[in-house]
Amino acid sequence: MRRVVALPIAALALAGCTVPTFGAAPGVTTSSRSAYHLWQGFSIGAALIGSLVVVLILWTMVFHRRKGDNIPEQSQYHIPLELTYVIVPILIVIGLFAWTMVVENQEVANPKTSVTINVNAFQWGWKFTYPGQDVVVIGQTTQNPEMVMPVNENVHINLTSTDVIHSFYVHDFNFSRLALPGVLNQFTFRAVNTGTFQSQCSEICGLYHSLMYFRVKVVTRPQYEVWLESKANAGVAQASRITNNQQTSSVVPTKLTKSKGDN
Amino acid sequence: MRVEARILLSLGSFFGFMSALYWFWGHENAGGVMIFAAMLLCFVPGSYYFWWSRRMKERPEDDPNATQAQGAGVIGAFPGTSIWPFTLAMGAFFVVLALVFGIWFLVPGFGLAAWALFGGTAEGRRGGTH
Amino acid sequence: MTDVLDPPILAQPGDHGHAHEGPTGILKWLTTTDHKIIGLSYTVTSVIMMVIGGALAEIIRAQLTSSNNSLVSLAQYNELFTMHGSVMIYLFAGPFAFGGLANILVPIQIGAPDMAFPRLNALSYWLYLMGSITMLMGFFTAGGAANFGWVAYAPLSNSINTPGAGADLWIAGLLLTGFSAIFTGVNLTATIFYLRAPGMTMFRMPIFTWNMLVTAILILLAFPVLTAGLIMLYCDRHFGTHIFSVQGGGVPVLWQHIFWFWGHPEVYILALPFFGMVTEIIPVFSRKPVFGYKGMVFATMTIGALSLGVWAHHMFTTGVVLLPFFSIMSFLIAVPTGIKFFNWIGTMWRGEIWFSTAMLMAIGFLFTFLVGGITGIYLASPPIDFFTHDTYFVVAHFHSIVMALVLGAMGGLYYWGPKITGYLLNETIGKMQFWFLFIGIQVFTFPMYLLGLRGMPRRVAAYPLHPSWQTLNELSTVGAVMIGVSTVLFMVNIGYSWKKYPAGDNPWDGHTLEWFTTSPPPHHNFYRLPRIRSERPTWDYNHPDRPAKAHGHHDNQDEVPVV
Repeated sequence: MRRVVALPIAALALAGCTVPTFGAAPGVTTSSRSAYHLWQGFSIGAALIGSLVVVLILWTMVFHRRKGDNIPEQSQYHIPLELTYVIVPILIVIGLFAWTMVVENQEVANPKTSVTINVNAFQWGWKFTYPGQDVVVIGQTTQNPEMVMPVNENVHINLTSTDVIHSFYVHDFNFSRLALPGVLNQFTFRAVNTGTFQSQCSEICGLYHSLMYFRVKVVTRPQYEVWLESKANAGVAQASRITNNQQTSSVVPTKLTKSKGDN
Repeated sequence: MRVEARILLSLGSFFGFMSALYWFWGHENAGGVMIFAAMLLCFVPGSYYFWWSRRMKERPEDDPNATQAQGAGVIGAFPGTSIWPFTLAMGAFFVVLALVFGIWFLVPGFGLAAWALFGGTAEGRRGGTH
Repeated sequence: MTDVLDPPILAQPGDHGHAHEGPTGILKWLTTTDHKIIGLSYTVTSVIMMVIGGALAEIIRAQLTSSNNSLVSLAQYNELFTMHGSVMIYLFAGPFAFGGLANILVPIQIGAPDMAFPRLNALSYWLYLMGSITMLMGFFTAGGAANFGWVAYAPLSNSINTPGAGADLWIAGLLLTGFSAIFTGVNLTATIFYLRAPGMTMFRMPIFTWNMLVTAILILLAFPVLTAGLIMLYCDRHFGTHIFSVQGGGVPVLWQHIFWFWGHPEVYILALPFFGMVTEIIPVFSRKPVFGYKGMVFATMTIGALSLGVWAHHMFTTGVVLLPFFSIMSFLIAVPTGIKFFNWIGTMWRGEIWFSTAMLMAIGFLFTFLVGGITGIYLASPPIDFFTHDTYFVVAHFHSIVMALVLGAMGGLYYWGPKITGYLLNETIGKMQFWFLFIGIQVFTFPMYLLGLRGMPRRVAAYPLHPSWQTLNELSTVGAVMIGVSTVLFMVNIGYSWKKYPAGDNPWDGHTLEWFTTSPPPHHNFYRLPRIRSERPTWDYNHPDRPAKAHGHHDNQDEVPVV
């Protein structure tokens, strides 16, 4: 299925042209890649149709400018032409929708997973619980807590919020999902590259929304297991020094650590 | 009146179709109810116009060959100047301020609104100034 | 060709005759029920709201110009974007369109003496003014104005997370402006259904009036839903209900369903009037009739109908909505919009195009809306929406759309200003304004598309972890400043042209009924009305030898139109 989705793009690439990114990036998961190819396909269509319309408007502006005082032919309708530009867009739109459904079904599929992480969003930080492993990572705003997961494995995420709506937005996964109070949102990732990917909340959630950072760190399976052990041994993760009235006194922090995944 | 009736009835039919589709496919109550209500909001006046359009004489504005002389005479009642819309709006303003600043705002709110309703009704019978 | 119609005899119970002059000065303003004065009040008030919203925008852009700016605090920033969006959407764009220009033009375009319910019309204006003041009062409260985004998602908007009068004033203001809009919707529908002049059948109405009819029906379908939602939100905040809170068995996402069921038709309520304005300007300045008139009418109705079925495309990332339904419906809306685009081009095609300021604004609208519309098609696809939602890509998309509407609005003002005031605006300053606006819009929006694709989320006051985003932000700010300059040029033009260039009845050789009457129109709009035999009664009166034809048929100079 993945191959079918990427087929038009692959065909173009084989033909010797590099398909432009059109501003997006393939990301580091399997579904981010198919969403990226979908983006490229849409962009090719947009470029073609957009150029057609722009050329038509510019053409008429240049060649049908007023040249005198005479009144032009008062043509008012042309049924065959009008029908054409009703039917062709419908066909294009059906095509875009069909490709969309293929990619979407892939993204909402429920394969067998080897790792489960419970993600809990709260004002204004993130808590990552690894059920069965006794590992909890928790951090607020600029503490930038890290969610570690292994590469090349299906990872299942259970996402919820304990207060207002937040958004789990990982740019390098080409993905975001709202964390809703009282609702469990579930989805699966399969990362294909390692690295640390800076992420943040993208749904307005109050005063420190701008600083609700977190990182996703994809590592190899051996590294993942070492990390799990170190967390379990250290007891409660050291970043969990949370008190109820922790309020940063500075409005916008002047010093923030940058992660390696910064683009 | 036929075109007006057709507009509303076709909108209503489309919403009816959409509401059935969404209710059974989406399993989501809020949207299903809202689209159903939209259908009703189109069908009620639409059916009224449809019923009437079959019984009424053609109005000059529906007659493609009408002359302006056919529309001469009284068109409707167009009240002149009136202080009551402003008064009613000020009443509404105080009523909503009661939601924010305290229930005692309802006194000027309802007071002005009632004054405007009485005044506007009386004016409607008397005729406003011009 | 003119049938003289005696000025309509108005029903005056207890007939006063026309002996007194009527009030003057401020009392005249407070008591007027004349749709032209009410519409002008709406226009001026909404442009003031545009300037307020624009000022808030310039502060936002100033804050975002560097990655770790502290021009404003985090709390102030949340108020800024909330009120910027709220003022622009609730208090400027809608009221300008349906309360301002539509109020003035629709009765005249159909040959009516006024709106169907003149006192209700006045009530609409005063409710709008008081609602705007109520919402803006939030800035003067201790806790500041509303700060939860113009969409006020629950549970952020409840009394625990957003205590304070600013939020309540926001709700209260919207209750007033909501009823104002509903009453205008009633008035427009009744006027169009009942007050057309003889011979003005539905399919001879100008496209602007058709668009206002569909807009009015959308207002009636959608605004009550918003009002109901706001009342529910207020009850949750103050009466202990738990409609939107999990703790009481409520469902926070229900707010989103209710809000967006209004919210999506709202953006078409905003767009359709400006589509209509552009559809009036382009034929006149191409000296041809609207191409595909019936197609335009059906496209507008299709857009209106579909717009009620796509609301949850704003909720794709919630994980709890039926993705395929909303995706296909959202894709389908592109089709009638495309039809309109090709009809606009078809109107210009083989015309005699002259580039007045109004026409430049309309063409600028075409280019800008093309970008906004195409990026909307991307967003109809959930997998693409998953990585663009809540990023600057969406911000850029809707700013392309609304800035296109602003271009349309400016076109409408340059085109119809002379009719309403009796005086033309200076064309040179107008063209300067156009170039600053059009280029400013592109410089403002294009960097935001890229920023969104690079991962910059919405509603963030600073981006210290991503200093690489700063250059694009600086560029976007330059564009915003250019837009600000264009607004100043507009004000300059108004001052410079004040009562300077008398317009006459028909400065543009316009086609529709409003160009038959004087500038400004007299009390009750017409001294006399022409015979109406097509959608271009004034053109037919002035150019009886050049009626509209099907494509491919040559004008036969000997042919006499059927009487």
